[in-house]
Amino acid sequence: MFSFIEPAPQKIIGEASRIFYYHIPQAWISVIAFAMSMIYSIRFLKKRSLDEDDKAAATAGLGFMFCLLAAVTGAIFAKVTWGSFWNWDPRETSIFILLLIYGAYFALRGAIAEDEKRAALSAVYAIFAFITVPFLIFVVPRIVPSLHPSDSIVNEDMKFTMGPSVRTIFFSSLIVFTAVYFWLFNITRRALKIKRHLLNEDK
Amino acid sequence: MPHTSASLATKCLTMLVKDLKLELRDKYALNAVLMFGITTLAVVSFSLGQRNLPPHLLGALFWVIMFFSAMSGLAHIFIREEESGTSLALRLAAPPDAVYIGKLLFNLILLSVLTVIITPLFFIFTNAPVSSAIDFIPILILGVLGLCSATTLIAAIIARAAVKGALFAVLSFPIIIPLLLTLVISTQKLFEGSGVGGVMTELQFLLAYMVVMIVGSLMLFKFVWTE
Amino acid sequence: MNKLVVQNLAKRFDSRRVFKDISFELTSGESIAITGPNGSGKSTLVLCLLAQYHPNNGKVSYLYDEKKLSEIEIQQNSGLVSPYLNLYGQLTAEENIKFFTSIRGNNITGSEINNLLKKVGLEGRGNDNVAGYSSGMSQRLKYAVALASKPKFLFLDEPTSNLDDQGKEAIASIIEEVRQNTILIIATNEKEEYSLATHKCQLGN
Repeated sequence: MFSFIEPAPQKIIGEASRIFYYHIPQAWISVIAFAMSMIYSIRFLKKRSLDEDDKAAATAGLGFMFCLLAAVTGAIFAKVTWGSFWNWDPRETSIFILLLIYGAYFALRGAIAEDEKRAALSAVYAIFAFITVPFLIFVVPRIVPSLHPSDSIVNEDMKFTMGPSVRTIFFSSLIVFTAVYFWLFNITRRALKIKRHLLNEDK
Repeated sequence: MPHTSASLATKCLTMLVKDLKLELRDKYALNAVLMFGITTLAVVSFSLGQRNLPPHLLGALFWVIMFFSAMSGLAHIFIREEESGTSLALRLAAPPDAVYIGKLLFNLILLSVLTVIITPLFFIFTNAPVSSAIDFIPILILGVLGLCSATTLIAAIIARAAVKGALFAVLSFPIIIPLLLTLVISTQKLFEGSGVGGVMTELQFLLAYMVVMIVGSLMLFKFVWTE
Repeated sequence: MNKLVVQNLAKRFDSRRVFKDISFELTSGESIAITGPNGSGKSTLVLCLLAQYHPNNGKVSYLYDEKKLSEIEIQQNSGLVSPYLNLYGQLTAEENIKFFTSIRGNNITGSEINNLLKKVGLEGRGNDNVAGYSSGMSQRLKYAVALASKPKFLFLDEPTSNLDDQGKEAIASIIEEVRQNTILIIATNEKEEYSLATHKCQLGN
């Protein structure tokens, strides 16, 4: 957790700038987790193996947590930097929509008792929701067009003022977060596999 | 084998005709959708009183009413099959594609009926700029097509999950956000005075969205419909 | 020549096994009686054979002259009578027959419909909404709907449930009539029903 020691706090935003080391990887991972969930969903529909469904749900669960974290850390950053928690600029809107998709996915899963049916229906939903993502990417930046150029200022900041120490910390944070995600996913996957195995033997 | 086989198109039509017949006999979905739409519109208009809403709010309002009206009735076509217990018989007899297309067409007709009734009322009650009325038609058509193409598969999902209405909106909303946003923006632009020419990008987007949703639904439907 | 080939079929729900190692082969004119106590999985097996459930193991193949039938062809040539199968209550008997026949891809004329209704003992009731039918009449109508497509594969789950003596007779003579050209699968508890079958399959061990 080097981010607490180095680098010297950004002059304008102060201590809060450290949050962006957490916030961006979290957002990034929540999207990757969604993509992985979609892939496992496709594999379930092809192979009909409940293992694949377990994986789809596991990665979605992790994705949901990271998405929540991303939204919260983003809101804190926004409050400190621009003065209000939530403004519906393109990035915030996208994270919000992703949160809704995750929420809907789990609401659907919660409503179905039978293993196979739950797996099949939530797989279809995950895939269907994923194909709307390209449309989101196209549409979201066009709405609320004139609010908050501040997001782009941060972009410019990242490009122009990321000194070497900042860059190192940022990327190592990215790597650490990704590693944490895969580590958590691996554990969950293995636990679920064992559980599935026990269930199968138990005729 | 000795039987001749009807084409997919004929089967879709058979499906549609059957559903229309049933709907005309109890008018359940039709009533739900119309009552919801008209009531919401009336409430809004009443609370506006003499005041007029600015164009960008009008756009949002119209599509909010349409969205919720859709949510109140577009799932019925699948829920009815499950509730009456006929879904097994249907699954044994009809190819999944015919079921999906037939029911998509039904939803299109249902939502179109609502649109035809609600749109003029909307213009009357909210004093939306009538000059843009004709130009509004392409947006309306693509909006109805978009709403139905995105939500019909979801309706099938929740019917098969044996869950009723509430989950329909929860599942549909994230999927149709891009659609709703585009519809609101383009309607807004239209009410502010740009002609159809000013919303061409949006119209193309709506068309692409509809196509992708239908293709995606067709490919995924059989996983929802059959075990 | 039609064939139904079932190999090592197994099905379970969550962790509850329903049946396993079910295998048999039937050609036209042959029939199988699936027997077993209540809850032993007879209806589930029938639905598995009709591809309404994914088996956890094994295969079901529908063949005509050794060539596999497509899903549409199976739909076109199969019929089911079952307590789990319901018809459209807000449609008339005639409309139900017409709908299910057309959606399967087959044609049927008005007089053929009338003949069918006569055979199952529903003559003159063709124009009534099915919602008004008694359970016995519904059962007879299910036969009419199933037979309207002249199925080569006929599945009967509890064939005589809800039928009075007249109904049972009518059904028995219908089955005799179609038996030669059909592969018949019957799931039942009634001894009198399964004595007719050429093969047997006992569930619930």
